[in-house]
Amino acid sequence: MDLATFLIQCLNAVQYGLLLFLVASGLTLIFGIMGVINLAHGSFYMIGAYMAYALAPWVESWLGGGFFATLAVGIVLSVLLGYLLEWLFFSYLYEREHLQQVLMTYGLILVFEEVRSILVGDDVHGVQPPALLGGSIPLSEVMSYPVYRLFISAVCIAVAVAMWFVITRTRLGMRIRAGASNREMVRALGIDIKLLYRIVFAVGVALAALAGMIASPVSSVYPGMGSQVLIICFVVVVIGGIGSIRGALVAALLVGVVDTFGKVLFPAAAGVLVYLLMAAVLLWKPEGLFKVG
Amino acid sequence: MAVLAALPLLAVLLLLAAFPGFAGKFYVDLAAKIMILAIFALSLELLVGQTGLVSFGHAAFFGIAAYVAALLTPKSGAASLWLLAPAAIGAAAAYAVAVGALSLRTRGVYFIMITLAFAQMAYYVFHDTPIGGGSDGIYLYFRPDASIAGWRPFDLDQGHTFYYAVLACLAGTFGVLAVMLRSRFGHALAGIRVNEQRMRAAGFPTYAYKLGAFVVAAAFAGLAGFLHALKDGYVNPEILSWHQSGAVLLMVILGGLGHLRGALLGAIAFTLLQELFQWQAVFGKFAKHWQLMLGLTIIVFVATMPRGLFGLAERLHRGRG
Repeated sequence: MDLATFLIQCLNAVQYGLLLFLVASGLTLIFGIMGVINLAHGSFYMIGAYMAYALAPWVESWLGGGFFATLAVGIVLSVLLGYLLEWLFFSYLYEREHLQQVLMTYGLILVFEEVRSILVGDDVHGVQPPALLGGSIPLSEVMSYPVYRLFISAVCIAVAVAMWFVITRTRLGMRIRAGASNREMVRALGIDIKLLYRIVFAVGVALAALAGMIASPVSSVYPGMGSQVLIICFVVVVIGGIGSIRGALVAALLVGVVDTFGKVLFPAAAGVLVYLLMAAVLLWKPEGLFKVG
Repeated sequence: MAVLAALPLLAVLLLLAAFPGFAGKFYVDLAAKIMILAIFALSLELLVGQTGLVSFGHAAFFGIAAYVAALLTPKSGAASLWLLAPAAIGAAAAYAVAVGALSLRTRGVYFIMITLAFAQMAYYVFHDTPIGGGSDGIYLYFRPDASIAGWRPFDLDQGHTFYYAVLACLAGTFGVLAVMLRSRFGHALAGIRVNEQRMRAAGFPTYAYKLGAFVVAAAFAGLAGFLHALKDGYVNPEILSWHQSGAVLLMVILGGLGHLRGALLGAIAFTLLQELFQWQAVFGKFAKHWQLMLGLTIIVFVATMPRGLFGLAERLHRGRG
């Protein structure tokens, strides 16, 4: 492996890891704060990717088009979706056992997948990256790196920084942290915990959908993409420690590196390496690297 | 009382035994499918309902046994049943020892996620590598031969022999589990479900007990997977997928947690529901999208009847009495 290849793989690993972080952070946030294990979280990623594909012609005719306009519309729609879902469905799950949460959100996945099949069909689609980011940066005579992948990493980093800022430096973030550690006390202090939950949930959905949307030009859009991401995000959350955003970031990058370099160095065992990583972490720290509480 | 409670079970057993006598081939096949899934659901009931361990990766053991059965059967002839069955079930149990030893170090949501992740790992091994024919799956051309030293007690290819073999396995599974739950081991598992710390304080090595339950459950899931491979003569990675794990978990809940009979009831109800939703005559064009109806049914069912059909029956019974 020469230097240019190594560099490219490093960039790929970071980009993949950051993308996973976007999805996993929503998952871990929703679990950490509301105590809901949400299997349908991968579906939000899938919905995001399909929005990037299916909304493009609509946005084209209404707003004059453009990838970024589609992105903006998609984010607004996914926040709305998250807000509605929390109100109509997830708010009824908080008091239930994990087993029931698992089954009900599993049922929700089936509903999402079939509705997707009815609305958009079961074909695999490609999404074009925006022309502005279509180029690539040459690294050596034969190898170059697509600008769009750098854009993905940049977006993820920006989101991560914004999240860190909101959670640690604002009043809303303070309430979110308080809600995670003692729900009853926060309610007793007169804070509208229902609204807080709804906001957190909507943000979680939007993060997953955003990840799906910006990943769609790289990974293409296909049925079942949601469950694949969900399982890897479970691995990320388990490694990082449930409820810990910092843990999700570290674990996502770790998984990104192991998966990307595994595919290059040990292609035969690539699918298994991530799980072996998880097993190793479990042997060492059964409750994840950054246990909360 | 105990005799009285066993009467419905006996009636079901007799009905199933007489079933091929009057039903067509389609229904006999369906009954065999339901019985195999019932073994699978019973095995998970031991974990979820009795020990309180929610495993979302139970399909791995079902699938691994099915794959081992298909892979060890030579292309040219039948393998010996007495070697193939232990090999398949043993493989499932061996994977359970490794997965259980790791995942039982955790609890609650971690356990759910980790069992799911390890099952998915097995899924990708069979889906992405050429070991088992990749995503196409592999065929098992010959059902195993039951001969022992030249003597052949039965032939699984003949008539309804396979159906009765499945029935015997189901009755055996139910019997073994029922006895096990009444034993010291079963009581210890129930104790762990209710209050693990207290059991540990009472001197029970709870980790070993849980691992034991995990491996036994995997072995019975392996038995179901082995029978599944024999029944269809075809194995593909979908039987290890998390949809399969979700389906069997659903059967256990649908029937009602905490009762072996609930798992039976759940397997029957789930399979019939699935068949109903795929029935073109009833749902027409929508039969293609049967999963939509299944998903909605799951949500409504879990929301309204968390204790399952068995819980409902109990409630009605109590209401009357």
